[in-house]
Amino acid sequence: MDLYAELIIEHSKRPRRAGLREPFDAEVHHVNPTCGDEVTLRVRLDGDTVADISYEALGCSISVAATSVLAEEVTGRPVAEALETYRAMHRMLTSRGTDPGDPEQLGDGVALAGVSRYPARVKCALLGWTAFTGALARAGVDISEPDPQTPDPQTTPRQA
Amino acid sequence: MPVFTDEELARIRADFPILSRTVRGGRPLVYLDSGATAQKPLAVLDAEREHYLTRNAAVHRGAHQLAEEATEAYEQARATVARFIGADPGEVVFTKNGTEAINLVSYAVSNAGAPGALDGTDPAVASRLRLGPGDEIVVTEMEHHANLVPWQELARRTGATLRWIGVDDEGFLEDPSTVVGERTRILAFTHVSNVLGTHVDVAPLVAAARAVGALTVLDACQSVPHLPVDVTALGVDFLAFTGHKVLGPSGVGVLWGRRELLEAMPPFITGGSMIEIVRMEGSTWAPPPQRFEAGVPMVAQTVGLAAACDYLTAIGMDRVAAHDREVTAYALERLAERPWAHPVGPRDPAHRVGSVAFTVDGVHPHDVGQVLDDHGVAVRTGHHCAWPLHRRLGVVATTRASFHVYTTREEIDVLVAALDRVPDLFGVSA
Repeated sequence: MDLYAELIIEHSKRPRRAGLREPFDAEVHHVNPTCGDEVTLRVRLDGDTVADISYEALGCSISVAATSVLAEEVTGRPVAEALETYRAMHRMLTSRGTDPGDPEQLGDGVALAGVSRYPARVKCALLGWTAFTGALARAGVDISEPDPQTPDPQTTPRQA
Repeated sequence: MPVFTDEELARIRADFPILSRTVRGGRPLVYLDSGATAQKPLAVLDAEREHYLTRNAAVHRGAHQLAEEATEAYEQARATVARFIGADPGEVVFTKNGTEAINLVSYAVSNAGAPGALDGTDPAVASRLRLGPGDEIVVTEMEHHANLVPWQELARRTGATLRWIGVDDEGFLEDPSTVVGERTRILAFTHVSNVLGTHVDVAPLVAAARAVGALTVLDACQSVPHLPVDVTALGVDFLAFTGHKVLGPSGVGVLWGRRELLEAMPPFITGGSMIEIVRMEGSTWAPPPQRFEAGVPMVAQTVGLAAACDYLTAIGMDRVAAHDREVTAYALERLAERPWAHPVGPRDPAHRVGSVAFTVDGVHPHDVGQVLDDHGVAVRTGHHCAWPLHRRLGVVATTRASFHVYTTREEIDVLVAALDRVPDLFGVSA
């Protein structure tokens, strides 16, 4: 089935940069109350750069793989770029199969595109990513949209 | 010899048109999620439609013939449901669902603490409804959140203490005698676990509660759909269940309570229909069950629920229960052939009702459920609203296959065939 691309299984079995590390600027703990999946995630910033993302993820292959992709794609990138990547990921996951994602921007994350066809699983894929933005906010980063012209992916009407 | 012949099972399945639809690209639906909500036979749908087509009106008000007929249908539904559980119709309260039925009891108890709320009540009955600091509410570790959170909240509001009876490794309740004691005022427990499938032995719990004068509240949401249930034989004080798991519509639940308790209890939700006299300064209450049915009730749903009770009664609840045991035993047997699958709950199907939840080595239940769904098999995954129980079992979540009167052995075969794809797909050696 298209949901379980080999890349996703691979990430879920060997999540990149997993484990909790010191030092860190902020830590958050997010749960998916419908299934009990949990992620504890730490962020360390170095100026405007995401210096480290470390985490402990307890969940399904989709949620672990998505968190692994997050750590791989976003670590070492400027915060502004990391937030853009988050928004692109969010857009793809909530597109109901209409947005395949840009491999330049999402890397292995495009393997998660199939999730958008299964509305019940979107929360799984977003668990780590939402935790990441929560950790950034806790570390004092302004995570709101930079340009008011850009629609918030959370309020963008879904395309049928 | 199976309980239902192939012909009878085929006839039953024909009563549930939804079972013949396909899902996920043309695969026949294999519906194994009746523990979440059961499918509805045509008789239930027809009864609701008939009600709206011919006698829709607000009940217990209105001076016209339709109102009269609707009221009669509503009270007739109450009588049918009461008969289904061996109760007196005057002791049957219609609620929105099972959760509301349990909340009705918990809020009535906290409202009983208001000044004057129990005035004129027999002191022996009144004392059973009073709860405060030093008193204890006892639940079990296998409760659905619906029979846990309302008691946590009641404890918080009244200053009482919440305690619980543990669950052993096989999914049976531990000895209640170390938990139920002189301070226990309420003992709330499930009849059948929605995760373990455990059929709880009610008698020793009722005996322990009676010995100290505690109220007993039985969550029967997972038992009434599958077992003959008789409130008198059970000996509890309250019993709650929901309509939609008994092949009935959603939006209707039932609270049964002993008359003397219902008569003493203050209301939970107040407003129209539940009053005796209303003045600007204050009001008095109608007798039960109307006291607990504020507002215009869900008449069509109660009519549908009564049709569901009649449908099951026509098959015979003893045979419904025997069929459930047969399907459960077969599911356990097929899962036991797979060393990487681990059912939770009692090993002996004689102690189980309605469902088999399990884990798969190395694969998260969400992923298991997704693969099954791809094969047309509908199951539930997650903690099934019993998070503390899953913590006790040491697992994040489980995959649950749950059954009803229309479930076949062939459907269990499709389940395990789809399940056999899982270990390989996720690179776990089978």
